[in-house]
Amino acid sequence: MSLLKKYLDRARPHFQPGGRFQALQSVFDGVDTFLYTPRDTSRSGVHIHDALDSKRVMIIVVVALLPCLLFGMYNCGYQNYLGSGHAVFPFWELMAYGFLAILPKIVVTYLVGLGIEFVVAQWRHEEIQEGFLVTGILIPLICPIETPLWMMAVATAFSVIFVKEVFGGTGYNIFNVALVTRAFLFFSYPASMSGDRAFISASPICGLGGTVNFADGISGATPLGQVATHAGGPLEIHNIVGDPVSNWDAFLGLIPGSFGETSTLCIFIGAALLLLTGIASWKVMLSVFAGGLLTGVAVHLLQNSDYPASMLTPWQQIIYGGFAFAAVFMATDPVTAARTGAGKYIYGLLVGAIAVIIRTYNNGYPEGAMLAVLLMNAFAPLIDWCVVQTNINRRLNRVKAKP
Amino acid sequence: MTKTLKLKRGLDLRIEGAVAPDTPVEAVSPGAVAVCPGDFEGFLPKMEVREGDAVAQGQPLMHDKNHPDIKLCAPIAGTVEGVVRRERRKILRVVVKASAGSGSLHEPLAAGGAQQLRRAMQLSGLWAEMRQRPYDIVPDPDREPRDIFVTAFDSAPLALPLEMHPAVSQQRLDAAVAALSQLTSGHLYVCTRKDFSLNIASPARHYVVEGPHPSGNAGVQAANIAPVNKGETVWTLSLVTLCRIGQLILEGRRGFDTVVGLCGSEVKHPHAIATVDGADIAQLVGGQLKDDGAHLRIISGNVLTGMKVDADGYLHFPYRQITVIPEGDDVDEFMGWASLSPAKMSVSRSFPFSRFTRRFRPDARMLGGHRAMIMSETADRVMPMDIMPEYLLKAIIAGDIDRMEALGIYEVAPEDFALAEYVDPSKTEMQRLVREGLDYLRKEIE
Repeated sequence: MSLLKKYLDRARPHFQPGGRFQALQSVFDGVDTFLYTPRDTSRSGVHIHDALDSKRVMIIVVVALLPCLLFGMYNCGYQNYLGSGHAVFPFWELMAYGFLAILPKIVVTYLVGLGIEFVVAQWRHEEIQEGFLVTGILIPLICPIETPLWMMAVATAFSVIFVKEVFGGTGYNIFNVALVTRAFLFFSYPASMSGDRAFISASPICGLGGTVNFADGISGATPLGQVATHAGGPLEIHNIVGDPVSNWDAFLGLIPGSFGETSTLCIFIGAALLLLTGIASWKVMLSVFAGGLLTGVAVHLLQNSDYPASMLTPWQQIIYGGFAFAAVFMATDPVTAARTGAGKYIYGLLVGAIAVIIRTYNNGYPEGAMLAVLLMNAFAPLIDWCVVQTNINRRLNRVKAKP
Repeated sequence: MTKTLKLKRGLDLRIEGAVAPDTPVEAVSPGAVAVCPGDFEGFLPKMEVREGDAVAQGQPLMHDKNHPDIKLCAPIAGTVEGVVRRERRKILRVVVKASAGSGSLHEPLAAGGAQQLRRAMQLSGLWAEMRQRPYDIVPDPDREPRDIFVTAFDSAPLALPLEMHPAVSQQRLDAAVAALSQLTSGHLYVCTRKDFSLNIASPARHYVVEGPHPSGNAGVQAANIAPVNKGETVWTLSLVTLCRIGQLILEGRRGFDTVVGLCGSEVKHPHAIATVDGADIAQLVGGQLKDDGAHLRIISGNVLTGMKVDADGYLHFPYRQITVIPEGDDVDEFMGWASLSPAKMSVSRSFPFSRFTRRFRPDARMLGGHRAMIMSETADRVMPMDIMPEYLLKAIIAGDIDRMEALGIYEVAPEDFALAEYVDPSKTEMQRLVREGLDYLRKEIE
């Protein structure tokens, strides 16, 4: 360890202004502060600081995403093996297949996003901020596995620059960066981002897996995709080879869908970590689920065969699609969510309710969670403004109440 | 009649090096003392003595430019050794070196009313020990306080009980309560802990306050009992100042004796020291600190609101505590942000083992880079006031006076934000911001 420290100390002068690599100063500082806690001590105000910092906050979110990432690998392999007609599903082969399928996407988003962060930090002479650590892992998890790499690169670059950096960087953005990436992809390249082929990795990788032949009566449509195209009769969800899917399968996540969003179980494991560590707001998380379930009950009671998603039970609203993922990892983003205590309940309830309303009453768009969170991101400042105004009014009334 | 005030939000920091209750008190009579006008926010110093002058104990060293009656006085008899100035000739401190036989200034209080008392308090330097809200400054003598709030306990980390202070006695308390309540048309509130040993008599209103730090901040108590509205003024002071006022009334003499808690993880044997206001730090800590090669930070005051002082520095107001912690600028910690060590001091549940640690040994490192406000509601949990700290801070940063007023800047002092600053994962310098906001507001409005 001390060897590494000595090496860093020796290299530091080259990265200072005037040094050989001064253009890489922010990168060096980023690596240095990542490896070793900086020695700078408090200059004003309190003399001691709590050990929690934004690095730890971000890393805990990344750790909370790992169950989803690992299960995504397994499910990616599983769907390919299922679709290509394999009879056996060896665990490590499935994992290896999924790993190879997702690796390029993670590498590309991190390279593009962190690259932009480094450049901007250097340009502004600021420290590198950790925000993209989370965003960079979220983006591959919420995209269909067949999304072309160049599209991900373009979308990531667009959102990092125009959603985050132009507003001032981490902590100043209005919209969730990862979700804007997803929305950008969806609205720019709808053909590659939806339908029944985008969600299944269809070709062998490094000799693993097989070719999924969609002509063979195989459909990779997600449960919500099937609901959206449902044409009357009792609603039944099938997996890609046409067998029925139980709620339990959907809860575990063995269904087609965006890479990391399918397993409600793994999302709950991540949620447990976020809540136990106190990193995510339980107020937001709880109220998103409450809003989704309540609206789910309402639309289910008002069943109407014109809107097939109204035939889903409230539970199915939560285990299908990206609802749970959005509730746990997207709506709780502290920067873009409501920031006041009371505001968080309102924000969460509306995210949950709007997600279910969009997916039910807009047949053209099977998933509503992404749009619901983005919409409420826009309204969060208004909600907070109202809550802050109550505090201001209380203060004004205090003066008025005086004789 | 005693009322109870229960404050839930807040935080008691568990830090090593508390003074055990039965430790004997060491007496140190300092060779030199200093008066630092910067400790008295809002006080614009103008010197009344020059280097080399002989001064008696209690003789004024400087006065406020705007209100010449408000003085700061020499805590000991001696000669003025030096006037230390910073850039732009701002007076940093006035050092008085002790010398024998210079005597003390003894001016019995002339009988007669509130006006006489106000003048006596101003001349004796006790006026400067009070604070007024709004602005958290030395009270403006031209303003009538709506109420006066006295805090009789110090809830800050490692603080000594105020009842240990030599100025405190029942007689002085009673005399001061009777006199001080004439200075306000409102009430005089005294907030104590449940086990307070003295008796609070009428006309003072007695509140028993329960709850963690910052429940001992007079401003926090005021905010929960009768918050300051725009256009109103309240005074806040501590039990020590109250009893010194009592002493001034009863004996015609202002006391400068104090008891200082020498505490913190780097003190060999934490104990109380009986000494004088503004005493020379080197004499108080000499030979008392652990010497294991680590860099030390000596703080006059507590770890949240105290002043960093050098080993050749002096005690700062309120002259009650010296905390010594490791500086931490000589520590290499590999990937500290990933640590699960129970030695990490944090309120976050992301350090699961820290809750089992009884006492921590924190150092002065920032433990993270400065960031935009990312996490929400962290400050709210440690501020038992009806204030939205995040929005108030944003209004201050934006320099938006209307919004600062609307969000209650008149009710706060920097010290109320100290815990919020401690817990903040974005390491925002909140106390500095609030101070700047208050100064800006005062400049713009007055």
